[in-house]
Amino acid sequence: MSLRVTWAVARRVLEQLRRDPRTIALIIGVPCVLEFLLQQLFGRHSPVFQHVGAPLLGLFPFVTMFLVTSITMLRERTSGTLERLMTLPLAKLDLLSGYGIAFALVAVVQATLVSILAFGLLGLEVAGPQWLVVVLAVANAVLGSTLGLFVSAFAQTEFQAVQFMPAVVFPQFLLCGLFVARDEMATWLRAISALFPLTYAYDALAHAAADTLGVRFAVDVAVVCGCIVLALALGAATLRRRTP
Amino acid sequence: MPAVEVNGLRVARGGKLVLPDLSCRIPAAVVTGLLGPSGSGKSTLIRSIVGVQQVAGGAVEVLGQPAGSPRLRSRVGYMTQAPSVYGDLTVRENLRFFARVLGLGADAVERAISSVSLLDDADRVVDRLSGGQRARVSLASALLGEPDLLVLDEPTVGLDPVLRRDLWELFHELAANGRTLLVSSHVMDEADRCDTLLLLREGRLLAAATPAGLRAQTGEDDLDTAFLRLVEGAR
Repeated sequence: MSLRVTWAVARRVLEQLRRDPRTIALIIGVPCVLEFLLQQLFGRHSPVFQHVGAPLLGLFPFVTMFLVTSITMLRERTSGTLERLMTLPLAKLDLLSGYGIAFALVAVVQATLVSILAFGLLGLEVAGPQWLVVVLAVANAVLGSTLGLFVSAFAQTEFQAVQFMPAVVFPQFLLCGLFVARDEMATWLRAISALFPLTYAYDALAHAAADTLGVRFAVDVAVVCGCIVLALALGAATLRRRTP
Repeated sequence: MPAVEVNGLRVARGGKLVLPDLSCRIPAAVVTGLLGPSGSGKSTLIRSIVGVQQVAGGAVEVLGQPAGSPRLRSRVGYMTQAPSVYGDLTVRENLRFFARVLGLGADAVERAISSVSLLDDADRVVDRLSGGQRARVSLASALLGEPDLLVLDEPTVGLDPVLRRDLWELFHELAANGRTLLVSSHVMDEADRCDTLLLLREGRLLAAATPAGLRAQTGEDDLDTAFLRLVEGAR
């Protein structure tokens, strides 16, 4: 791996994104609107808004970056640029990490702006440190990107890639503990949710918001980091220099 | 020593044997034309040489090393048949990216852009360029850093005659500086511009000769007719 090449990829991905202001507006605007809707729906001081507001803030980047990366990577595969890159002095991990870094930087902007809105204007309150919610949001963005990179290998068209979102992301969302606490789930559902990375991402955010930063929080963060590394490794394994 | 040596190369794609058993050599520091109708296996051979093709058998040696070796990656320039550049970036942004990957500076970028006569359009987004211009951006990124071996898959398709002449001059200039070029084409009128030719048909090597040698061998002055003679002779 080379830092120079990784950064070259990250920079290029950001340059491409800069040419697409509408996507940037959507990446930043949509979570803001959703967070606002949530507050309006339940009311500023309602326990529901106060309970799910912070975790959602940290989960938005996961969803956006999953979608954006899987499509961008698919384009790279179908446009022939991946084939060219595979003939250049570039390690597979340079490419994947470059993507990860670029979208993590986007997530920093996204999570910061949504946090300013939620904590500043919408009256969202957390017992724990607000910056920790932002940091976890960025980690979730990286997790989303790496998962997106991995699943893009299984899509041949953009239609298929888009469908991975309900297929891969929604079940994780339903079972992560946001809608029903995991303790109250049927045993078999709880067992499945224990296999999903988003469960740990949500749990970490809930602990950060409640300021209960104990062993469980540390385990959650470790699992999220582990899943990022695993998804990167799996993503690298799906990238082939030689194709049929 | 030849720049590329192919021995008994066997490639199957999509259940079809595209190259059953191909052997050929590409001499160093000249322009070799790879000619044949579309579907003859030109791109498959090219992909095998740059090391992105899964092969079923045989050996391909490039600059003294097995094709696809990590050490070849900064010594071989590859232009794919369809322009493989980023459509949402400008010409210069595309080349800067590939240059950064190769560890080259801004001067290499400018040289590559000017060698394909795109300086006036360097800050335009690639998607807004014509097909021929896009192909030239793709070519420019293969030329970056003047690699020892340049493998170009139909680089002059759809270009106007003046540009085509300029590019062939550039190819010969690079060869004169010691670079090896393999240029594929499906039109025979490009054959005369090459130093030596490999004629491919249905995955088999029909001939390996200079244009003059091909004329002498077949007794035909027109290279298109010479190709037909070879096809008939092979039956």
